[in-house]
Amino acid sequence: MRNQSNVWTIVRKEFARFFGDRSLLFTTVIMPGLLIYIVYLQMGENIGKSHQDDNEDTTTVYVDNLPESLRGDFDSIPFQLVTEGFNAVALIGDSLADKERSLIYVNFPPHFDSLITAYDPMGGEAAPNVKIYHNSNSDNSELAYQTVKLYLEDWENSRSNMFDINAESPDAEETFDMADKDDSLGEILGQLFPMLLMMLLFSGCMAVAPTAIAGEKERGTIATLLVTPMRRSELAIGKILSLSTFAMLSGLSSFLGIILSLPRMLKGDGVDIDIAIPYTTGDYLLILCVLISTVLVLVSCISILSALAKDVKSAGTMVLPLMLVVMFVGFTPMLGGDAPEALTAYLVPFYNSVQSMASIFSFDLKPAAVGITVAANIAYTAIAVFVLTRMFNSEKVMFGK
Amino acid sequence: MDEILRVEGISKTFTLSKKQQKIERTTLRKKVAVDNLSFTANRGEIFGLLGPNGAGKTTTLRILATLIKPDTGDAVLDGYSVVNEEEEVRSRIAFLTSELKLEDFFTPNYLFDFFARLHGVPEAEAAERKRTLFERFGIDKFAEVKVKNLSTGMKQKASIVISLAHNPDIIIFDEPTNGLDVLTARSVTDFLAEMRQQGKTIILSTHIFSLVEKLCDRVGIIIDGRMTHCDTLDAIRDGLSLEDRFFEIYKTVKGGEE
Ligand SMILES: Nc1ncnc2c1ncn2[C@@H]1O[C@H](COP(=O)(O)OP(=O)(O)OP(=O)(O)O)[C@@H](O)[C@H]1O
Ligand SMILES: [Mg+2]
Repeated sequence: MRNQSNVWTIVRKEFARFFGDRSLLFTTVIMPGLLIYIVYLQMGENIGKSHQDDNEDTTTVYVDNLPESLRGDFDSIPFQLVTEGFNAVALIGDSLADKERSLIYVNFPPHFDSLITAYDPMGGEAAPNVKIYHNSNSDNSELAYQTVKLYLEDWENSRSNMFDINAESPDAEETFDMADKDDSLGEILGQLFPMLLMMLLFSGCMAVAPTAIAGEKERGTIATLLVTPMRRSELAIGKILSLSTFAMLSGLSSFLGIILSLPRMLKGDGVDIDIAIPYTTGDYLLILCVLISTVLVLVSCISILSALAKDVKSAGTMVLPLMLVVMFVGFTPMLGGDAPEALTAYLVPFYNSVQSMASIFSFDLKPAAVGITVAANIAYTAIAVFVLTRMFNSEKVMFGK
Repeated sequence: MDEILRVEGISKTFTLSKKQQKIERTTLRKKVAVDNLSFTANRGEIFGLLGPNGAGKTTTLRILATLIKPDTGDAVLDGYSVVNEEEEVRSRIAFLTSELKLEDFFTPNYLFDFFARLHGVPEAEAAERKRTLFERFGIDKFAEVKVKNLSTGMKQKASIVISLAHNPDIIIFDEPTNGLDVLTARSVTDFLAEMRQQGKTIILSTHIFSLVEKLCDRVGIIIDGRMTHCDTLDAIRDGLSLEDRFFEIYKTVKGGEE
């Protein structure tokens, strides 16, 4: 009973300290998220703007022998289309060499439609070739080139589909496509988010733990606590709980900044991805569990290192190797391969968090693995509380000069 | 006489770092800070540890306050061992030393409540004690000012009051008047005398003779970690002024070494 209330007294004091200090609150919680949001938004807007600029001085697409079957597609491209009355030789020779001019020149072989119909891929002849002259030094020319290329590739795909014998019904194809999209989005997020979240949580922990432990040691305020009859374990638990809350808030704020700016940023990029991120509430709750358990381990590690350090500055230095480890582990999902099957792999701290998050984000949830991750992390935190208690009890650690 | 503190042969040796070796101008790796020290103090008296810089006064008091452990020996405070029953000891003492600081961010008012809670003092009792003590020390005027904005004297007063939040029987005070102006120093010594009147026991350390002569009932003289004399003030003085007597003692101790 007394145990509980002392932990609560410590937590209350830490909260009063954290939330009562506007500048601390601002720099650790509000600023990171806000900064990321504004920077990303700005980035998105700039990209959007440069695209608009492109559209203003319109790019011209010159086409020779435009086949009838493609006329509709070319009419709808967001560039000015010219199909006759130009000198192809002059275009290739002079105009395209000037990177200030925005144009491309598309050359279809004559009678393209019949060529295509007659073409036998097994015949050993070279396939009909479409030449697109462009200047990759000019943003506009390059953009038009990529766009036209995309149109043609699309068209080529649709043509071969037309000859598919066992074509699936359009409905079935559409659902299949959707799944496909999710999968690739999931793969990207599964690689990106765990690393991002780990780094954000880490910087959140770094913003609060060293000052709260090494700082108190340096300033001599922790010694004042140590002459009260409070148990050292109560101090350790109270510190880890409150610091974890602050680090979590800081990490989540940054993450929120990213999530909120992501749709605007991608829209600015002209990429038309459906950003309704397809995770269920259950997924989010699991992620939250993994995150909380991870923050506990991170705060524990940084607290122990901070207790060893003689001041905040040396705590920062001592934490560096840990940061490198966490960063490296954060990158593991990008090294390819699925999350490990062996459940024992989820006993490895940090690695377990990263892989669990990756598996949830990439729709490849392994409930047992996530369970083991959370349980292991809580166990490690308990061990860390024990270690930190021993350290608070050690005069060498607390008062060694 | 009711004995409240018995110190039995405590010793403390520190291992010096390279930097400390330089500061101490020694090539020895070990520094014996306290060397087989014994003394007793009685309930309701002011006991003074008198000694030059580096004699081991602070180290002794830190051992009594359970911040550090003696290598050998033990001290029994109000029946509890500083080695084995630290929590019991901690709930019966106030420890005041420049090494212990109050958190800059908080106000004396907040910190008093905070430490009262850590000591398990019932809310009403804590509130009543806070009122009396704040009034007695004139802390009411800056009760809501953050510690970082307080002057040295105000900080010292706040530290004293907060250390009394749990109404301890024993007050361990390292260099009570160090760094204070005459006015604040006076109010601190007045306060110590008042505490004695209330029946509290005070163990203080100092190198200031006048403070000892003014306040202390009994004195222990520490030189190089050893207690050379321990008796009532009058017995120690032996008809001389404390200062003259101290130098006599100092010469015999140091002279014997050379
Ligand atoms: N943590 C420590 N590590 C190494 N040496 C120490 C440590 N603490 C104290 N000492 C040494 O032990 C000796 C006694 O120190 P202590 O602080 O107890 O003296 P003191 O009587 O309080 O002196 P002062 O009047 O200067 O405060 C000194 O030589 C000091 O340098
Ligand atoms: Mg001292």
